[in-house]
Amino acid sequence: MEILLNGTRVAVQPGQTIMQAADSAGVHVPRLCNYPQLKPSGACRLCVVQVKGARGLVAACTTPVAEGMEIETDSPTVADARRDVLDLLVSNHPLDCFHCEACGDCALQDYAYQYGIKEGSYDGARRQVEVDDRNPFFRIDYEKCVLCGICVRMCDEVMGYGAIDFAGRGFTTLVSTPYGVSLDDSACVFCGNCVQGCPVGALVPKSQVGAARAWEMKKVRSVCPYCGVGCAIDVHVKGNRIIKIEGAESPANHTMTCVKGRFGWEFVHHEDRLLKPLVRRADAPRGAVGREWFEEATWDEALAAAAAGIARVRDGVGPDAVAGLSSAKASNEENYLFQKLLRAAVGTNNVDHCARL
Amino acid sequence: MAERRGRILIGAGTCGLAAGAGAVWAAAERALTDLGLPDTPVIGVGCIGYCQEEPLLDVELDGQRFTYRRVKPDQVKRIIEKHLAGGQPVTELLLGECVDAPNPYPTLPFYAPQNRVATRNCGFIDPTSLSDYEARGGYMALRNALAKPPHDIVEAVKASGLRGRGGAGFPTGRKWELAAKSPGPHKFLICNADEGDPGAFMDRSILEGDPHAVIEGMVIGAYAIGADEGYIYCRAEYPLALERLRDAIEQARQKGYLGNNILGTAHSFHLHLKEGAGAFVCGEETALMASIEGRRGMPRPRPPYPAQAGLFALPSNINNVETLAAIAPIIRNGADWYAAMGTAGSKGTKVFALTGQVNRTGLAEVPMGISIREIVYDIGGGIPNDRELKAVQIGGPSGGCLPASLLDLPVDYESLQREGAIMGSGGMVVVDETTCMVDFARFFMAFCARESCGKCTPCREGTTRMLEILTRICDGNGTMADLDRLERLAGNVKITSLCGLGQSAPNPVLSSLKHFRHEFEAHIRDRRCPAGVCKNLISYRIEADKCTGCVLCARNCPVEAITGEKRKAHVIDPEICIKCGACFDVCKFDAVIRG
Ligand SMILES: Cc1cc2nc3c(=O)[nH]c(=O)nc-3n(C[C@H](O)[C@H](O)[C@H](O)COP(=O)(O)O)c2cc1C
Ligand code: SF4
Ligand code: SF4
Ligand code: SF4
Repeated sequence: MEILLNGTRVAVQPGQTIMQAADSAGVHVPRLCNYPQLKPSGACRLCVVQVKGARGLVAACTTPVAEGMEIETDSPTVADARRDVLDLLVSNHPLDCFHCEACGDCALQDYAYQYGIKEGSYDGARRQVEVDDRNPFFRIDYEKCVLCGICVRMCDEVMGYGAIDFAGRGFTTLVSTPYGVSLDDSACVFCGNCVQGCPVGALVPKSQVGAARAWEMKKVRSVCPYCGVGCAIDVHVKGNRIIKIEGAESPANHTMTCVKGRFGWEFVHHEDRLLKPLVRRADAPRGAVGREWFEEATWDEALAAAAAGIARVRDGVGPDAVAGLSSAKASNEENYLFQKLLRAAVGTNNVDHCARL
Repeated sequence: MAERRGRILIGAGTCGLAAGAGAVWAAAERALTDLGLPDTPVIGVGCIGYCQEEPLLDVELDGQRFTYRRVKPDQVKRIIEKHLAGGQPVTELLLGECVDAPNPYPTLPFYAPQNRVATRNCGFIDPTSLSDYEARGGYMALRNALAKPPHDIVEAVKASGLRGRGGAGFPTGRKWELAAKSPGPHKFLICNADEGDPGAFMDRSILEGDPHAVIEGMVIGAYAIGADEGYIYCRAEYPLALERLRDAIEQARQKGYLGNNILGTAHSFHLHLKEGAGAFVCGEETALMASIEGRRGMPRPRPPYPAQAGLFALPSNINNVETLAAIAPIIRNGADWYAAMGTAGSKGTKVFALTGQVNRTGLAEVPMGISIREIVYDIGGGIPNDRELKAVQIGGPSGGCLPASLLDLPVDYESLQREGAIMGSGGMVVVDETTCMVDFARFFMAFCARESCGKCTPCREGTTRMLEILTRICDGNGTMADLDRLERLAGNVKITSLCGLGQSAPNPVLSSLKHFRHEFEAHIRDRRCPAGVCKNLISYRIEADKCTGCVLCARNCPVEAITGEKRKAHVIDPEICIKCGACFDVCKFDAVIRG
């Protein structure tokens, strides 16, 4: 199937939207409410394009291509309409980019820059909402919200929780929990996928507030240490400190994470965190657990001590005096090796896993 | 005397009840008991359309029908005693046209140009009685239809040329054809009874006055497209309509017109009633279906169209009340009969709600193609107080206003569209020279801004910005740059919005700018409101030469802004004056000047 995109013949797949076809052809159509993992919603109207013969402009994100369709993605009519839509958004937005965490990583800022919008030209009412700081994980500042609905759809379509939805009508529309209760009291599980999806600074991890902006952080690709799913994550670091963690694209998680992977990393910088292996001192009394009864060791020394201890019990009391308890933080392969170790090297079937607790 | 066969009909739609029909009804029951005629039926009929003259009480006697207008409870006994019991009409209380000729409906100026198809039974039957409906041919069409293959029904509706009366005017037969082609076994047929436009009440009238007409249309439609389940989505602000529907559905179920194996055939159709929660946007079909599903009523983009994936993602077909009410007559009388009315592109009849500054307000069902002039002057009886007609707003907040120069425009989809108005659901507001077109446009914009669902940017933000600009202009703070910006924004909101609400919200502004630009400019350039409506732009003063010192104005001023001695010229203190215009209205000597 072929279409005419900005005067150029382009081969497309039936069933593709105009936006998908344009993306494949390397033509960027502006968008705020489109998100790869979510169904298109057609809400922001930035992606409007001109289709010959159609009444008005059409949204590229929701309109399927048709044979021979003639599409203009940046004609004067389109550019004027798109600029007006952006102008409307900017006119109802606090222009405090100077101290916004999303500065430099904000779709609204980028498009305003691209379309030469310095400030909104519609003076009049402005949405006024208090910052919602009630939950422990992220700050909610709906004055910055562009009502793209990504958070709402993320929570509904992907997570299946439906903790938030739109409330109110017209100019006073807002994203809200039922009756505006704190997220703590809603169905929210604090996966934070809404935060990652937010294209502006309305949803920001508390760990980032006042700490760093996009250009100051290095993104380090890693794997979440919490469970065997092995979600890919991007650890955003400034200096040697973590500012925030986001999900990254991988077949395991397609940019999503759970609450632990995203927000449960404070242990990394905790003073009690073990950075070197410790081996119990020979003179430690039975049952003593204080730090003073342990001394630093190399990995070889520590593993040798552990192996010697296990062998002593196996040989002295019998293999069934040993039991192994594995962890969901380990991968399937590691769990496999662990039971192999206990069965083949120790000789016991006493092996279990924390997921059964 | 008591053996005279008569009955009393009372217009007891919501409009009649609001005008006091309830008390008239009670008075009639009382009077009949007092007069020893307790067996005489008193029937609350639906709205006959002549809302202006309500409460209406009709005496039917010996096959003749006499209409009493604006009846007060204390007149009822006299009417019943003299007329029903004594055979002598109380002429001074009759509708003027009735005095010499009973059964006036075919000849009344309000009715003569009408052709009542969808509203055929409104005001003529007891809407709570299934047998009344059947007596006028009700459910005959269903019997006819079930004897034919579904395809024939689709073809008949196609050939009739019927187009959706909910606003968009999509050909109903084509819609049914698409739905019929969608794979079953489960499909829905939905009736849109959300009627939210300010000034529109045709659907309410049909639901209150003839609920079975809609149900019969639905069962036929369901048979044609292969739907086994249906919903009527009716706004909660229509309690009487809901009650009528609830009862009618139950009656139809008991009589075998609804449920399994309808009239012994293989066709089954289960009908539910769903109450809307008061959002205009829930009349938009995709929002309506979301609302039935229990989700927030927000439109979604099409495709997929309802015929492909509608309610609960199953193939669905959605039609308006008036559309469905026209189905049974089409099946009974044939497609050609219907197609013979109207114009080439707009067949049949359309119900209009005629309101505003016109002598006779109410509901009128007319053949398509009739001119606006005929509706306003022949049916509506012209403009009161010898004022000049200025504009007619057609299609409510989605429509546009047409100036007096277009009075001869035929009312059909194509002609209205061409002139920047739309048929919409059929609201028709007549305005005279005392209406300010900027203020009028502002009213509709305020409605749209309030009712926008908030999903898409241009409508959510743009309607409020347009409202702000219009308010500035009305307040005398507008600039010519505002006017340009208003026009540009209106154009962009129209072409970029997601659903019909946003796409049509700019219509009232754009059409008033097209036809009444000078009024906008007068507000901005001359700081003057030509109609004398916008308070910031008018002031009142008393011309000393003309003032006789009668003190009428001073006595009527609610804020005591007027001072002066008896028989001496009075003065208005502009600091105190709130510009209510009371003095202007009461002065008998034209001494109060509005400028
Ligand atoms: C904002 C909005 C409000 C609407 N309200 C109604 C309504 O109250 N009643 C109605 O029948 N159609 C309404 N419609 C039109 C419906 O979406 C739909 O086109 C119609 O119900 C189809 O029936 P029809 O083909 O019989 O006209 C509305 C459309 C929009 C965009
Ligand atoms: S954190 Fe997760 S569960 Fe909570 S609102 Fe956001 S997406 Fe929904
Ligand atoms: S909070 Fe962010 S993601 Fe949610 S609607 Fe607002 S801008 Fe979109
Ligand atoms: S046009 Fe208005 S009512 Fe329709 S989807 Fe957009 S915001 Fe909602």
